Amino acid sequence: MLLRAFLINLEVLVALLGVGLVAGTLIAILQVYAGRLIGYLAFLFEWVFRAIPALILLLLFYFGPPRFGFDISPFLAATLALGFRSAAYQSQIFRGAIQAIPTGQMLAARSVGMSRARAVVTIILPQAFRLSIPGWSNEFSGVTKDTTLAYAVGLNEVLRAARVVMDRQYNLAMLAYLTVALLFLALTYAGNWGLGLLEKKTRIPGLEMKGIGGENR
Amino acid sequence: MTFKFRWEWLPQLVRGLGLSLEVTAICVLIGIALGLLLAFGRLYGRRWISWPCRLYIEFFRATPLLVQLLMVYYGFPSWGISLSPFVSGILAFGLNTAAYQAEYFRGAIQAVRPGQTLAARSLGMTLPQTVRYVILPQAVRLVIPPWSNELILMLKYSSILYMVTLPDIMGEAKKLAAKHFNSFDVYLVVALFYLALVLVVTLGLRAVEKRLHIPGLGAPGEHR
Amino acid sequence: MTELLRVEGIHKRYGKEEVLRGVSFRMERGETKVIIGPSGTGKSTLLRCINLLTFPDQGQVFLEGHEVTHHKAHINRLRASMGFVFQDFNLFAHLTALANVSIGLLKVKGMRKEQGRARALAELERVGLADKASAFPAQLSGGQQQRVSIARALAMDPKLILFDEPTSALDPELIGEVLSVMIELAKEGMTMLAVTHEMGFARSVADSIIFMESGVIAEEGTPQALFTSPKHPRTGQFLRKITELYGEMGG
Repeated sequence: MLLRAFLINLEVLVALLGVGLVAGTLIAILQVYAGRLIGYLAFLFEWVFRAIPALILLLLFYFGPPRFGFDISPFLAATLALGFRSAAYQSQIFRGAIQAIPTGQMLAARSVGMSRARAVVTIILPQAFRLSIPGWSNEFSGVTKDTTLAYAVGLNEVLRAARVVMDRQYNLAMLAYLTVALLFLALTYAGNWGLGLLEKKTRIPGLEMKGIGGENR
Repeated sequence: MTFKFRWEWLPQLVRGLGLSLEVTAICVLIGIALGLLLAFGRLYGRRWISWPCRLYIEFFRATPLLVQLLMVYYGFPSWGISLSPFVSGILAFGLNTAAYQAEYFRGAIQAVRPGQTLAARSLGMTLPQTVRYVILPQAVRLVIPPWSNELILMLKYSSILYMVTLPDIMGEAKKLAAKHFNSFDVYLVVALFYLALVLVVTLGLRAVEKRLHIPGLGAPGEHR
Repeated sequence: MTELLRVEGIHKRYGKEEVLRGVSFRMERGETKVIIGPSGTGKSTLLRCINLLTFPDQGQVFLEGHEVTHHKAHINRLRASMGFVFQDFNLFAHLTALANVSIGLLKVKGMRKEQGRARALAELERVGLADKASAFPAQLSGGQQQRVSIARALAMDPKLILFDEPTSALDPELIGEVLSVMIELAKEGMTMLAVTHEMGFARSVADSIIFMESGVIAEEGTPQALFTSPKHPRTGQFLRKITELYGEMGG
């Protein structure tokens, strides 16, 4: 039963990482290449979503819409809140990666006639993504743990299931939570292993960078 | 769509904030003490010490804080050990941050170039002397950036503690939200509190870093 | 007796590779000995075996008759009586030049603060850097850093100073200032054992030269002997190559 609930966590994880990836890349690109004003706005976004605790973001996203007349499910709230937050962190990682690429690359691309946009997509981004993998794995293992926060907004995820177990049989409480802990351990290791594999497979000799530290627990 | 803020919320929230800070401070200290022990254990201890340290660190870093918190608060009673919200919070949080801090300390100590140790030994210093006069002073400066990060993270994650009914700022916020049927606005105010807090602490830490700065002694890859 | 250092049968292997295969030699008090040879022949390892920064697998080292390699030896005390100058200087990054020189005096020899500072300042003057006393290593040039590290070694009143390629990490124009200090020391009668590529220095200042190859001493003799009539063919080859490459600097 715990496992089934854990799947919900995984769903949230995938969803939010997706949001984070797309939004994060966009923001990173904006910050590096767009004008001062947009760059500043992007910076502001990053700052707000990083400085506010994840839990509070979650609560704001959950209680906000009803306040303004919309309904929102715990799942969507969690995905958006954590997704945008992840976007803020991911944009940092991508931005670092983009900036680590020698300026010569862009110059070369332009000099063969590519437009800025095309150069970014075909030359810069592929390299940036490879460089981002270590930092991104950090973010990944951090974010998996944050999915448990959805417990606070009533999502039917694994901690809620554990609670149900506990309500039924009190003396199993510790066991239940330990199991949850082990599930996450397994997920973290599996994720790190998978990403390590990805790094190896996409590695290009000579293209390296030190990663950025994780910010979740 | 008006913002239904009430000034009367503030005193209550501030009181809660005080508790949040108190708990965070205690946990930071536990984290430093235990973290240092773990770091030394992993670096300088024999197998039977370094292995458990490593396991501890891995476990607490790979599992969610919330799970750890609930394990302590609900799990222990089911084994017969009953703990107050305050103690559960401090225990779980303290153990958690110790694991992260241990890794930062270890990284900083290992980042001190080996030549420094060689030079110290060749002058005739003992290992304890080398650690005290050469390695630690440098490690402290190297650890400040990641450690500051950790401190800020702790401040933010302390928001979770209300889940074990701790009357910190979030706990008070929840009460207010229930009382006024207004979750969003209350939490928005709390968010602003945190924003301000993070800003102040960040600036403070930057000032500390400036004061301790020695030319040429920066963390490897300080801003990645 | 005037014998200061005796090294007997040093063997050291790293994994499968035997880097030192039985090295023995002696040094008299006040002698300046230079070790030369191709890279990777274990010259640095040999130096580190002498003050036990590295432990030899076999062999013994005697300093003034006391066995350094003995398991009961007071290694820290013995190290304190031998100075070591590293290729990478290894100045303590968090201390000023003055503090670098005085820390050994204060913490290892237990000198009082004022005494230590005064002595440290004197040593800095000796190497010509008294005005840089409050600078941090990162604020000094390579040559200055190396001179401070020599001052640091001198402050301990060592019986012998070991130099591990002291100028190899320096820009060419900075090598001279370090060599001058070393030449002064040699003239003043300091016992020095140096691994270096500076042939000019070796030729003009050394009392004897050791040519090492493949982990053993291939030839040992006065500079005169080695440079003009080397017994071992490899010695001659090496010397010719090196003197071409590095020129006749120093002195």
